Amino acid sequence: MDFFDRFAIPHPSPVIYASMVAIGLTVIAIIAGLTYFKKWGYLWREWLTTVDHKRIGIMYLISALLMLFRGGVDAIMLRAQLATPEAKLLDAQHYNEIFSTHGVVMILFMAMPFIMALMNFVVPLQIGARDVAFPRLNALSFWLFFMGAMLFNISFVIGGSPDAGWTSYFPLAGNEFSESVGTNYYMIAIQIAGIGTLMTGINFMTTILKMRTPGMTLMKMPMFTWSSLVANVIIVFAFPVLTVALALGTMDRLFGTHFFTTDAGGLDMLWANLFWVWGHPEVYILILPSFGIFSEIISTFAKRNLYGYKSMVWSMVVIAGYSFLVWAHHFFTMGQGALTNSIFSITTMAIAVPTGVKIFNWLFTLYKGKIEITTPMLYAIHFIPLFTIGGVTGVMLAMSAADYQYHNTMFLVAHFHNVIIPGVVYAMLAGLTYYWPKMFGFMLNERIGKWTVWLLSIGFLLAFMPMYITGLDGQARRMYTYSESTGYGPWNMASFIGAGIMAIGFALIVYNIYYSIRYASRDIGSDPWDARTLEWATHTPVPEYNFAISPQVASIEPFWDSKKKGQELFKGSYEKIHMPNNSGIPFIMGCIFFAWGFSFVFGIWVPLILTTIGIFVCMALRSFEIDHGHYISVDEIEETETKLRGAN
Amino acid sequence: MRFKWSILAIVFTVITVLSGCDRLLVLDPKGPQAKTQADDIIMTIWIMAFIVLVVFALLVYMLVKYRASKQSKDYEPPHIEGSKLVEAICIGVPIIIVTFLSIMSVKSNYEVEATPKGYENQKPLVVYASSSDWKWHFSYPEENIETVNYLYIPADRPIEFKLYSYGPITSFWIPQLGGQKYAMSDMVTTLHLAADEPGEFMGRNANFSGKGFAENTFDVKAMSQAEYDEWVQEVKETAKPLSEKKFDQLLEPGHLGRSTYNGTHLKFSPPPSAENGGHEHNSTKADKEDMNHADHENMEHEDMNMDDMNE
Amino acid sequence: MKIDNSLPLEYSTEENSLKVLGFWIFLGAEIMLFGTLFATYFTLVDRTAGGPDSAELFEIAPVLIETFLLLASSFTIGLGIHAMRLGRKKAMMAFFGITLLLGLGFLSVEIYDFVMYVHEGATIQTSAFTSILFTTLGTHGAHVTLGFFWGLFIILQVKKRGITPQNANKAFIFSLYWHFLDVVWIFIFSFIYLKGMM
Repeated sequence: MDFFDRFAIPHPSPVIYASMVAIGLTVIAIIAGLTYFKKWGYLWREWLTTVDHKRIGIMYLISALLMLFRGGVDAIMLRAQLATPEAKLLDAQHYNEIFSTHGVVMILFMAMPFIMALMNFVVPLQIGARDVAFPRLNALSFWLFFMGAMLFNISFVIGGSPDAGWTSYFPLAGNEFSESVGTNYYMIAIQIAGIGTLMTGINFMTTILKMRTPGMTLMKMPMFTWSSLVANVIIVFAFPVLTVALALGTMDRLFGTHFFTTDAGGLDMLWANLFWVWGHPEVYILILPSFGIFSEIISTFAKRNLYGYKSMVWSMVVIAGYSFLVWAHHFFTMGQGALTNSIFSITTMAIAVPTGVKIFNWLFTLYKGKIEITTPMLYAIHFIPLFTIGGVTGVMLAMSAADYQYHNTMFLVAHFHNVIIPGVVYAMLAGLTYYWPKMFGFMLNERIGKWTVWLLSIGFLLAFMPMYITGLDGQARRMYTYSESTGYGPWNMASFIGAGIMAIGFALIVYNIYYSIRYASRDIGSDPWDARTLEWATHTPVPEYNFAISPQVASIEPFWDSKKKGQELFKGSYEKIHMPNNSGIPFIMGCIFFAWGFSFVFGIWVPLILTTIGIFVCMALRSFEIDHGHYISVDEIEETETKLRGAN
Repeated sequence: MRFKWSILAIVFTVITVLSGCDRLLVLDPKGPQAKTQADDIIMTIWIMAFIVLVVFALLVYMLVKYRASKQSKDYEPPHIEGSKLVEAICIGVPIIIVTFLSIMSVKSNYEVEATPKGYENQKPLVVYASSSDWKWHFSYPEENIETVNYLYIPADRPIEFKLYSYGPITSFWIPQLGGQKYAMSDMVTTLHLAADEPGEFMGRNANFSGKGFAENTFDVKAMSQAEYDEWVQEVKETAKPLSEKKFDQLLEPGHLGRSTYNGTHLKFSPPPSAENGGHEHNSTKADKEDMNHADHENMEHEDMNMDDMNE
Repeated sequence: MKIDNSLPLEYSTEENSLKVLGFWIFLGAEIMLFGTLFATYFTLVDRTAGGPDSAELFEIAPVLIETFLLLASSFTIGLGIHAMRLGRKKAMMAFFGITLLLGLGFLSVEIYDFVMYVHEGATIQTSAFTSILFTTLGTHGAHVTLGFFWGLFIILQVKKRGITPQNANKAFIFSLYWHFLDVVWIFIFSFIYLKGMM
């Protein structure tokens, strides 16, 4: 029995038991449903073994939406606890666990896969490619991310959640002060997902650099592809730092090393340095593709080309460079002296310049346009002012002397939500709405969509603006309670109400999906938004091979020019197309990684060794396998093309 | 639509007004350091408000003027690549603003890291502030007394806090006297504060440190030098001595009320120094700061190496 | 499968050239990985907590042998690739075999070195310094171990299937990896060992 004791939750509560039951029932329901409708084979053939970038994108999307709601429930619980002074809804331990998982889930398991979803679906289509450079590696990336996310989530019901914050600063996250296995979950789940992300970075860099359609030079790439390229370069150079940091943290917790401990020479701020050397570029990995999405959307619905294309590209490159030079602004208060603080203060503020260029370019894209306010455009229009507020508060935080007052307060919390929600979340929701017809062949309801945007923005302002004020009034972040005499009560109540309004907004998205599945028209053609870039030049639904003939490109907006100036995109005749084969190995490897991670979290060494061997066996099998993929014959292409053209 | 925009406008006005209201702790400074910081904050709020307004105005103008509904059906928006002049302005003006802010930032940095302005010729009172789960210990080496969870200081005199931790990283923060600084278990950091006038202030640990973090606060009271001397005298006469055993009890995780002791823990449980090897912190107070500084420069240097690898 | 005969065999198909570029990018990530380990090492090198420091621990003889073995193996893998380009299967396999044997020799000396460290009272748990020392060296050693099996599989495949475009591509990428490990070792040798012994 002792063996099983370790799996118990160290700080149980009725909510957790209820969740266990709910998770159990859901799993049973899914298994029963799949069996009843005889969908196991379909699931395996069409999804679990797929290497198609479009399907992988959709799987990322589903995971991201699921995680959005997991993280969102966390957020509501946090705001509910803080809504009134000295509330008893959650105790300190649970509050700590919830804000820790809220941060990790939202950044790494919601925002990242959301970006990956759009990148996977859109980038190959935008550059006129048949798939990514390494389709099977792409599937493996997804399954590693997915298994990492699942591993992180089961911490809630098996063994206990991490409770040292999403930044997991040592020594608090060390064995001495965080005894449960929660932080092990943090270290290992993020490690697994992070390896997947690193592989995605390599994959997409190669794809974008080598697989562009004829005529598409680097400076003719669509802006989203450019932003993805830059983001993937950052991934490749930032994620190895996280890999090392997490490995060292894992060793401190499980093998008794002394990297970040308080004794034997350990250096606690080393973790903070390593974490933020990855962590700061990480936020640019999130925001740059978001900028890319907004660039596409604003240009599409202003019915104009993007203003200042070159400066858009250069500003992203400069931001990417700077992103590696600012990490110490996350701990100006460490006591590194005025000189160091001054340097990092200046580099941080310098980022405002290229970011400002982007904001002005978007504004000038509207100039002399013919602006149509659709749901994606409404997101973009709300993004510009809200993100500007977030951006300028960032400049305020960059003033290192003043940061001594902002640091660790709700002001900071308000700032980063103020950039991430209107920046990343709006971009992802806008991208979701914008690309939904390409993904699924029908549009989301515009009326409900616009309601969503307004609810989110109003809720957002109500939830986060008060935090700027309580921050300046001395409310530290991560406090699970406060006394009435502090006067924070009404502000936090406003935040809670705002969070509630946002929750309604998010619920509306789900309702919108349901509503549109039932009632939306299926007859929308392949270009419902009258868009400008290549992804809209192919059919809806997109055939497996994306483009029957590789498009010939001569400008930044080839599809627009083909519509307006009659430039021919698809020259030549059909040829047989080479496509990769599906494979079960990525999924199986993902499962083995899950078991590996689980054994590692609990330090159960025999399965750990077995699964490690399993992982290497999978790699060896792959090495020996001969898989040249398959060809789609000209007849098949003709058949598909005729059918799809008929459907339009 | 108008209605929705006016809601936004109202929300903003409310926020601007409230930010200007100086009852917020950080904007109600009682010492020179907090004053520097509050001035910076107010100044940047104005500059930032201006930038936000420019962006708002441009956005509203574009939206009102170039809505599809306001244009003829066959209007075709032109193809505009971009203009060198406009882009130069979009880069130039932010650079000017950032340069201005940088100068301000650097100047303030050196101010808050030095003895508070106007107090340069006074000898600072040195207080060792150390945190343990979830308490603050204040040692007054000159007076040879120690308090837990409350801090009495003389007003009109610079205070030099030496910060360290018996556990997780904490952050020592008295918003009305000045910004925070980390207390860590393997090095001592220095924070310069001063109170311009007598008064009672809120102090807390601002850095998350586990279960008892929310209640990890302390009371600060600034008083005249005479009152302070009187208090020290009283403590010396009435308080019990702080033994090593007693101190170990105090370090146990948990919450405690206020308490006061004769003698400090600095003798038997000295602040972090050379124990970790390599880092030879000098035990004299004056040198310690320099050594800390050197350590950090060292660390920064290594990080720079890492960045070299990026390129 | 389109084969472009104007290019070297390892680049001859589109898939092959994608793989080579992808691997170079991967090596970029590896540089960051080892760069981070080095930076951590330099931060922690003096934090010995009363345990042995680098001057006490390091000995020149085994390190020189390791360096010699690995540098020699980098040379032989180059000969292996040269033989592959000339289409000489036997010679290629032989050079790959020698490379792997040299790699194995390197690993044996490294393991011997580790055992010596432990005997001198420096385990991974002794101090921050020993933790990062074992981790940095161990990461490199693990890479060599992985490379050993990878190279072995390539030899087996070349034996079975000959020098095909796929095998040539794998062998070439493997050689990049092996050279990279050599470069990392040169950094370890110069900045960890030589600097530590001074």
